Amino acid sequence: MSVAVTKSRYQSEEFSARLRRRYAAERRFRIAGMVAVGIASLMLVVLLGSIISKGYTAFWQAQIRLEVTLDKQQVEERNYTALLRQALYAQVPTATDRATRRSLNDLLSSGAPYELEAKVNANPSLVGTTQTVWVRADDEIDQFMKGFIRRDVPESERRLNDVKIAAIDALVANGSIRSTFNTTLFTAGDSREPEQAGILGAVVGSALTLVVTMLLSVPIGIAAAVYLEEFAPKNRWTDLIEVNINNLAAVPSIIFGLLGLAVFLGFFGLPRSAPLVGGLVMALMTLPVIIIASRVALKAVPPSIREAALGVGASPLQTVTHHVLPLALPGILTGTIIGMARALGETAPLLMIGMVAFIVDIPGGLTDSATAIPVQIYMWADSPERAFTERTSAAIMILLAFLILMNGLAVFLRKKFERRW
Amino acid sequence: MQLTVLLIILALLTVIGYQMGRSRAVASVGGRIVELHSVPSYHGFYVALWAGLPALLLFAFWGASEGWLVMQMVLSGLPDRLVNGDAQSLGLLRADILNLAHGVTTGREPDPEVVAAAERYVRLHALGDWSLLVIGCCVAIGGLLYARRRIDPDLRARNRVERTVNIALVICSLVAILTTIGIVLSLLFEAIRFFAVVNPLDFLFGTHWSPQMAMRADQVGSSGSFGAIPLFAGTLLITGIAMAVAVPVGLMAAIFMSEYASPGLRTWLKPILEVLAGIPTVVYGFFAALTMAPFVRDVGNSLGLSVSSESALAAGFVMGVMIIPFVSSLSDDVINAVPQSLRDGSYGLGATKSETIRLVVLPAALPGIVAAIMLAVSRAIGETMIVTMAAGLTANLTANPLDAVTTVTTQIATLLVGDQEFDSPKTLSAFGLGLVLFVVTLTLNMVALRVVQKYREKYD
Repeated sequence: MSVAVTKSRYQSEEFSARLRRRYAAERRFRIAGMVAVGIASLMLVVLLGSIISKGYTAFWQAQIRLEVTLDKQQVEERNYTALLRQALYAQVPTATDRATRRSLNDLLSSGAPYELEAKVNANPSLVGTTQTVWVRADDEIDQFMKGFIRRDVPESERRLNDVKIAAIDALVANGSIRSTFNTTLFTAGDSREPEQAGILGAVVGSALTLVVTMLLSVPIGIAAAVYLEEFAPKNRWTDLIEVNINNLAAVPSIIFGLLGLAVFLGFFGLPRSAPLVGGLVMALMTLPVIIIASRVALKAVPPSIREAALGVGASPLQTVTHHVLPLALPGILTGTIIGMARALGETAPLLMIGMVAFIVDIPGGLTDSATAIPVQIYMWADSPERAFTERTSAAIMILLAFLILMNGLAVFLRKKFERRW
Repeated sequence: MQLTVLLIILALLTVIGYQMGRSRAVASVGGRIVELHSVPSYHGFYVALWAGLPALLLFAFWGASEGWLVMQMVLSGLPDRLVNGDAQSLGLLRADILNLAHGVTTGREPDPEVVAAAERYVRLHALGDWSLLVIGCCVAIGGLLYARRRIDPDLRARNRVERTVNIALVICSLVAILTTIGIVLSLLFEAIRFFAVVNPLDFLFGTHWSPQMAMRADQVGSSGSFGAIPLFAGTLLITGIAMAVAVPVGLMAAIFMSEYASPGLRTWLKPILEVLAGIPTVVYGFFAALTMAPFVRDVGNSLGLSVSSESALAAGFVMGVMIIPFVSSLSDDVINAVPQSLRDGSYGLGATKSETIRLVVLPAALPGIVAAIMLAVSRAIGETMIVTMAAGLTANLTANPLDAVTTVTTQIATLLVGDQEFDSPKTLSAFGLGLVLFVVTLTLNMVALRVVQKYREKYD
């Protein structure tokens, strides 16, 4: 007797085909997810890669060696430009006629005479001697040495003419051009000349702005969070405050700039371009972030702590200041640092209140005209010179370094003080 | 200078006040602290508050009103021929005096009377600062002595200090409300001035935008036109492109991370998205303008398309990349909020993982995802730096993503950067645009936050 083996419908052709289709759909879906994550990662790599590859060269700067004879009369007349030019003509064998010489004048940075002057002023005994000095080359020479100006394009389309290239070749041949670490980038303020432009002014401006932001938004933010989380009665009024804070956190930053322009500059008459105003605007902008983060941190402290403190006779305020706040502090600190990092990278509101001016001096106080790192990036990105493009990328790297530092600190604090109840 | 000194003195006085109050409270009961109503430190805080607070309030009041007060005194001393003008010349006079007082040289040869007024201004200002220093110190010391005399074992120091602190906390929580009121008022006030010149209907529905106003009436193109439709269309186009990138990528990334990725992989992927979210917008703007836009143009040209070097596509794409982490972290939250029991039920019926996600999890999470997308749209509309750096300035009314378009935020930024007089329609139009931007983003945020809240309650 044979048993009729009837195929169950779960083994039928249609079923297995359907199953294959379903598994294929499953795989496709999974791949789509991977592709999405891949796109995000790829964009991050492309973004950082393009900035680093564009900008790492900005950390080097070409210098030219000159044997300068510090003639006494010329020094007294502060005619350092002529001294440097004489030395340069002596180095380049082709510098015989006027046209060539005029062309060669552009090889040196227009800041070079000031460098020399500072050196002489620091050591007056140099006058009358012949000194070997390294001075900054003009940005186009720098770009040429870095290979961004190619010599195989026709002369009329090149930013350096053949005379200059010949002179550079001569200088390279006798070892008179070197590439050094670009200290100017870290020690100077802004400049129209790329080789004299630095980020220090913007860094100081950002620091001053952040100090104001921090002094205002941290105490006010924590106080507001404490009130809303620990003391406020639950009624329509506090609901309104809460909704309002959540909405404020999502208001576009440029609107805060308009607020600063109309209220702080227009109504209170505070100075334009000042870190004080920038800090005020940023404080209003980061306040919701800090309040929200602090409330989360306060909420994470278990009620038993409060009950225990109240049980031994502490007043509500003592409960908060002696027990709840210290326990919530790491969380609050983390939120604060992240808020500050956001404020550091913010540009749009600063444009509105005039921190976008061309400022050479390094700001010394809260009401001096200043700019900030992101605004400096914005301004340099607009400059046509190739040398500013690489400096923009370098400034971005410096900004990102600060942000990584701050976020790293936040992560460290969270890891170190994280507490599970 | 005097103000810094005053602040330092105040800080010192509060510290001294604290010590004084404390030790006097202890002394008043001969060291038997139990007999005090409040612990000694509260007595210390009580005296410190009396020393610091009144002087600080005076200081704040003075800081807000000093400039105005001194200017009024200076103006009242000037001859009528200078002061009796219309509001504009009076404003000019004020600016002149201020400039001279701060040592800023203006091009014009100043009137000797104005120079005298500037000197008077500087003198009065210095006098004011010195008197503030003296009066501030007197108030602080007076407060300190008054509070010290009131120290008594029965003094309810704790209640008084705590009430003061409570009031301070309430005031701090009101700052957020004040900010909102400040935004609304400043936008409304300036926008009303703008709408007094330009008809609101022309502004909202006009199709031609060229805010350049001529100085004289007889110049060519003397009347600026303020039809904002091209800006709205440009904003929508770029936002649309950004959403087309951010929503699918962000949503799929969130699904992959919450449903598929192993915990080990997730610890790698989450930071990548967080870094993407933490990069400042100006960096994205630089990337869009100097890398993406030339790339898009070259690709387009090689395909035989004419692509503007400030194409909406480049700006929109980069903005989309910026918003990916925003969409993914918000959708991650809502996907995780869907109860596991729904998934388990679906698996129990034999559904595959993707079927569970598509047919159970996503429909359940839909309101939250829609809210997340709305928040992302509001973020894209309000984003400024990417479009300022990478999108164009000419107001084209087009739907072609390869053309250059301009956006609301770009126009606000360019209209207000640089020195302009504050009351030309050109400058004021930025506030009109700002008002529209604020109303639109606020509406989107309000609705989205409402939905998120409702949705959270449903599954809690």
